[in-house]
Amino acid sequence: MRAVRHWSVRNARGLMRLYDLFQGAIVAMEPVVRRIGYDRLEKPVAAVEHVIKGAMFDCQMCGQCALSSTGMSCPMNCPKNLRNGPCGGVRANGHCEVKPDMPCVWVQAWAGAQRMMSENILDVQLPVDNQLKGKSSWLRIIRQVKDGSLPRPASSARTAA
Amino acid sequence: MTTEGEEGLGTGPLNDGPAFPEMRDPGPIDPAAPLEPLPGHSSRGRLERILRAGEFAVTAELSPPDSADPVDVFDRAAIFDGWVDAINATDGSGANCHMSSVGVCALLTRVGYAPVMQISGRDRNRIAIQGDVLGASAMGVANILCLTGDGVQCGDHPEAKPVFDMDCMATLETIRTMRDESRFASGRKLDKAPDIFIGAAANPFAQPYDFRPLRLAKKIAAGAQFVQTQYCYDIPMLKAYMERVRDMGLHEKCFILIGVGPLASAKAARWIRSNVPGVHIPDSIVARLEGAAKQKEEGKRLCIDLIQEIREIEGVSGIHLMAYRQEESVAEIISESGVLRDRKPHSVNPVIPHYMQQRFRVPS
Amino acid sequence: MKTKGNLEAKLARGEFVITAETTPPDGADEQSVMDKVGCLKGLVDAVNVTDGAGARSHMSAFACAAIMAKNGIEPVLQFTVRDRNRLAIQGEFIGAPAMGIPNILCLHGDAITNGDQPDAKPVEDVDSKGLMSMARMLRDEGKLPSGREINPAPGLLIGAADTPRDPDANFKPTGLQGKIDAGADFFQTQFAYDIEVLKRYMAVLNDAGITEQAHFIVGVGPLISAKSARWMTENLFGVHVPDAVIARMEGAEDQKAEGRKICAELVEQFKEIKGISGAHLMAPRGEKAIAETLTEYKLRG
Repeated sequence: MRAVRHWSVRNARGLMRLYDLFQGAIVAMEPVVRRIGYDRLEKPVAAVEHVIKGAMFDCQMCGQCALSSTGMSCPMNCPKNLRNGPCGGVRANGHCEVKPDMPCVWVQAWAGAQRMMSENILDVQLPVDNQLKGKSSWLRIIRQVKDGSLPRPASSARTAA
Repeated sequence: MTTEGEEGLGTGPLNDGPAFPEMRDPGPIDPAAPLEPLPGHSSRGRLERILRAGEFAVTAELSPPDSADPVDVFDRAAIFDGWVDAINATDGSGANCHMSSVGVCALLTRVGYAPVMQISGRDRNRIAIQGDVLGASAMGVANILCLTGDGVQCGDHPEAKPVFDMDCMATLETIRTMRDESRFASGRKLDKAPDIFIGAAANPFAQPYDFRPLRLAKKIAAGAQFVQTQYCYDIPMLKAYMERVRDMGLHEKCFILIGVGPLASAKAARWIRSNVPGVHIPDSIVARLEGAAKQKEEGKRLCIDLIQEIREIEGVSGIHLMAYRQEESVAEIISESGVLRDRKPHSVNPVIPHYMQQRFRVPS
Repeated sequence: MKTKGNLEAKLARGEFVITAETTPPDGADEQSVMDKVGCLKGLVDAVNVTDGAGARSHMSAFACAAIMAKNGIEPVLQFTVRDRNRLAIQGEFIGAPAMGIPNILCLHGDAITNGDQPDAKPVEDVDSKGLMSMARMLRDEGKLPSGREINPAPGLLIGAADTPRDPDANFKPTGLQGKIDAGADFFQTQFAYDIEVLKRYMAVLNDAGITEQAHFIVGVGPLISAKSARWMTENLFGVHVPDAVIARMEGAEDQKAEGRKICAELVEQFKEIKGISGAHLMAPRGEKAIAETLTEYKLRG
């Protein structure tokens, strides 16, 4: 799976575009989703999401996807669950301190973010809501885009950069 | 417990068991009392004042003793007395279990030392971290440093559960919210906000190098007012980092203290290089130690030389001395490096309260 | 003796002890701790400090207990396994005696979803028995589970929680024995308002030899109203306020005064029951009500 994950990071820019299109498409489906009911869709959508994102990103189903801010490298694969950048223990070869065989998730995230030419990586991500674990991010995004309640970062380093 | 029978209760001494003596501060002036508040300052501690006054600050790291005896903590702190502006109390560094950083800090503040309490997200969740921030502040801790924390696998309890509920960025934001908005992250109001000078760690010497200054910018955006870095043994690399930092104006928003420490020998340097991820020691450093007749002396000399070079870099506000197992050389290094110029950091000349000296020599 | 605390000394001498409970304040203020709990100074043998009560953040129990100890109130520091892993908790075990905290109580803690930050991660690295055995290993062997030595070792009196219940014919106190085997030196219990149930329960524990191995400090507290007594019966796990007590509260002109009286009577009755070493007085935000009960009825440990 890791090979696919690395491919995803290498192709972060294309994926990002695809992801944006996809997000637009699922948000457009909101009336349908609402008619069927968010609760009824939760389980099947989460299952599909797990399969697709699991294959492409080693998604851990935290339920609050941050891929667009992390260069398409899933931060929940970091053994310290860091969502805002690498710890100070990255090895000289760019590998993880905890799992020496694994390239650091954030070294890849930074590479991916540069390919995406996105500044999202400079936003400070909120701490994980552990209640959302295992739930569908897609459904949540559909709902939040419609409600206008997408959570905004409390702080960001965009201005500094 | 002997009680003097406070007015209004009028109960008199009730318990005549073995002494649980009243803890009273030793002198007429409480050494633990915070300084008077100053405008433009977040905390009532000495470190922030020194930095805001534009002085070159010196901090050192205390490794907690494997002992439940407060005297052992005081013995270790006394080595730094009068040489440093603050003492870092590590939070289970290397994922090894030691006396809690809250415990060490509470002991230090009682006799007047200025600790920097380290909090890592490895061992506690957001409920515990917020409680520790309030508790530490109530006991006179003015500085808190937020860290990610080492992975549990490298310590003496590899079977422990890594928590990592909040990362250091979230911890910074949470403490800032508590201080500036007087509320918990949940929104619940605080009776009194913690006056904390908020710090973070930085490692300019680890991958991905060009992201590191941006990560510092993120930490500043999240609330960091000062940073202490990982050991610096590579001056050109530090200079490159600081150049980016200055371009982004970060040195004007945050005080940057560079980590330094004496290497005991070339062998030790090699060991650290291959076993402590995140510490970068160039070959030239190892070669310099190797070529010396007295490697330990050369290690100190090297540390002094590094400090003198670091001091000249624009945007550096101080050094953070981590002399692990060489704490006794801290005074010499600071003195020889001349970074303090004529300044003499506050000395507490600790008077260890009588109750602490006798209480916890627990008979087996 | 394991500690230099007063609680252990009194229990060892077989004297009846009285403990109380407080929740740390929601602020970074040393004074507010004593404003809250100072009224109990000199009236009780020790005061429990709750750890993240109701799964909410408060000042850390460790700091609150250290401040109490500094001001002459012996604390019982409560630990839950919900918010910290073994590294953090053992670090506090080592630090506690240095701050004048001789007693600890190991608990599981309320579920995180009951609090105001249900998004937090429940830690639950070890269970409460695991905590007790770690505390005992530290104290008796001066060692961490990794084998590393702590010298001198922290002196700690180790407590556990229990819920008195009406024992049926098959009841065996295996749970209690398990906690004792893990290291419990004393138990503090949930509210026990039904004295007949308590008598039957203690008789079983006496027969099983439990009370010879650990001290029992039975929970009780001043009820504030008949309504709240009913609420407690319906909502608090293991709490049963008998109808007669509720009726007494209902019939009283001053329900709060009646609640204090009932509490004091129960404490006096506890003293007569074999196997009970003390009373543990609890009342949410009721440190003052506890102090009033103790002074009004001249209850002492």
